[in-house]
Amino acid sequence: MRVLMAVLLLLAALGVPTPLLAARVGDLTETEVLEQARRFFSFSDPALRTALLGCLLLGLNCGLLGSFVVVRRLSLVGDTLSHAVLPGIALGFLWNMSKDPVVILIGATSAGVLAMLTVNAITRTTRLKDDAAMGLVLSSFYAIGICLVTMIQRLPTGQKSGIDKFLFGQAAALTSSEVLTIGITSLVTLFFVGLCFKGLLVLSFHREYGESLGLPMGWLHQIVMILTAFAVVTAMQAVGVVLVSAMLILPAATASLLTDRLHRLIWLAALLGMLAAALGAFFSFLGNNFPTGPFMVLAGAALFIPAFLFAPRHGWITRWWRHLSRRLRTERENTLKAMYHVLEDRDFHGESVSVVELAQKRRETIEEVTQRAHALQRAHLATLTDGTMLHFTPEGLLKARAIVRNHRLWELYLTNIMQYESDHVHDDAEKIEHVLGEDMVRQLERKLDFPQTDPHGKEIPRVDSGLVQRSSRSS
Amino acid sequence: MATALELHDLTVSYHKKPVLYGVDLAIPEGSLVGLIGPNGAGKSTLIKAVMGLLPVSGGWVKVFDQPFKEAKRRVGYVPQRESVDWDFPVNVMDVVLMGRYGRLGLLKRPGKADREKAREALDKVAMLPYANRQISNLSGGQQQRVFLARALAQESDLYLMDEPFAGVDAATERAIIALLQELKAKGKTILVVHHDLTTVKEYFDRLVLLNMRVVASGPTEEIFTVDLLQKTYGGRLTLLSDIAQESTHHEQGTK
Repeated sequence: MRVLMAVLLLLAALGVPTPLLAARVGDLTETEVLEQARRFFSFSDPALRTALLGCLLLGLNCGLLGSFVVVRRLSLVGDTLSHAVLPGIALGFLWNMSKDPVVILIGATSAGVLAMLTVNAITRTTRLKDDAAMGLVLSSFYAIGICLVTMIQRLPTGQKSGIDKFLFGQAAALTSSEVLTIGITSLVTLFFVGLCFKGLLVLSFHREYGESLGLPMGWLHQIVMILTAFAVVTAMQAVGVVLVSAMLILPAATASLLTDRLHRLIWLAALLGMLAAALGAFFSFLGNNFPTGPFMVLAGAALFIPAFLFAPRHGWITRWWRHLSRRLRTERENTLKAMYHVLEDRDFHGESVSVVELAQKRRETIEEVTQRAHALQRAHLATLTDGTMLHFTPEGLLKARAIVRNHRLWELYLTNIMQYESDHVHDDAEKIEHVLGEDMVRQLERKLDFPQTDPHGKEIPRVDSGLVQRSSRSS
Repeated sequence: MATALELHDLTVSYHKKPVLYGVDLAIPEGSLVGLIGPNGAGKSTLIKAVMGLLPVSGGWVKVFDQPFKEAKRRVGYVPQRESVDWDFPVNVMDVVLMGRYGRLGLLKRPGKADREKAREALDKVAMLPYANRQISNLSGGQQQRVFLARALAQESDLYLMDEPFAGVDAATERAIIALLQELKAKGKTILVVHHDLTTVKEYFDRLVLLNMRVVASGPTEEIFTVDLLQKTYGGRLTLLSDIAQESTHHEQGTK
């Protein structure tokens, strides 16, 4: 978490001075940023408190609804909605030339509904699929919106209208009535999700099954869509038209990497949404009321990256690490096996294996084999004396015997039961020996009637005691 | 014997093209019925139409002598395995508990009794040990068992199953058919969409042969004849001659 803050601070520090650089170099000192941060965390500024509250609520709302958008693979719907509402906002503004939140909400929602109806009409009457239809509607509606916004700004009263804030978002411009609207919609969502969680789970997992149970799937779907439209429209003032859909998708996408249960995903997404929104507001404030939207989205992305890399099951680095440790284990096991073969070749006379013998067995150089020997020592599977002589530890010996047994059992299974020729089975056994579990080994042994030797006549070692069993019937 | 499912003159269309045309069907209570027909014959459509998942352009459906809407709770649906996203963030228990949602209604949360029912259902299909597994970690056969457990948790009287044997291993197939026979012994009625004609005789006591309309419906030994199969499958003679051979083997008891 601290690393993350540092990264974000760095981002902010980079972002803050650039546009001001030309005018007053050196004017903006570090203390000013710290001063701003202090002001932010003292929460004494009422306008700031309003803005922050609004951001937290919209983060909550977007996180909750975004979860359903993401698990139902409707991300493009969020994007379409957010872009398509812009003409509605502009028309709502033109209604009485002011930023009346209720009028704007009505305008935006009708534009969103109209956009969705258009998408439906296109997919139903042409051969175009959802993605093309949505892309088409999204961009056309957005273009109309941009024209209207430009027109408003050219009007005499338009300059100070603040309509441009809808493009990239400005949390500081949130009025308390707007925060109230955000608050009400968020609370409605919260209650709806809490109350109808079961229905929403079935709707998202398999709508047809929900219908077969007699649950009102159609209604639930419509309510989710309307609430999502509300979430997008109310968040627009603070996040901006262009980036608001990212607030739906980012927290939920991050959460979906971290958990495998829908209810946890939802609460996690809500938390992450609030965190991203608050961080966005904070950095926007640090930068003297920079657009909030980009900072919120950056914060959301900054939260996504560690989840992408380190998530316990799906993380990229986690998976890479699992893969690497499996490979290293396989290599150690192969070295143990080679040591066992060396001992076996001389009928288990003496207990130590020299590095040279091992190198000959593995057809590698002394340097390469010495590295392998060190790896065994680190894993407490063997001890290396004077850098030349290797001894099994008791644990290492057990492991070596188990690997050799697995290999030979599997070869025997392939030749005797699966009817392969005995010269076809070695390569397969080289892989299988590392993955056979004890349970499979027991089954194989039973199936093969507890065999003593493999298809090549070598003895299959027994693993039930830790002692080296001198072969009494060795050939 | 009472009638579990009755269809009268049922017609269903996709894009104005009829898929099912004037289907009449009556299935007596307590029977295990195979729904057989070539690809595109409308087998899944029939089941979905009965469940009210598709708009019906004509005819009616009655379940236990009541209109479908009133007897909905008595019908359990097992959809095709491929119809859901198996990467969805739920575990096995979550999915099986969905079987209880119909009884619970929209707002009530599943309680201890529901969890107990879900555990029993999972135990029946030998999946209880996997109750906390995320569903993407299951094999095809295990996924199908989870769907069956969910249907069992519904405690229905009539089950409609869409290809429960598709893509499952031999052990699962045997387990499923044993379970279906057990349900039948308890007086439940089961309608199963089935593809493998070689196992038909062994599995089902009644058959419905479907190809846009019902070609024949009745006890397996009367219906499973080369003549009627030919009518159902049209000109696919190679397949039919195989089956004919298979069925004579069956009759002579040489299999």
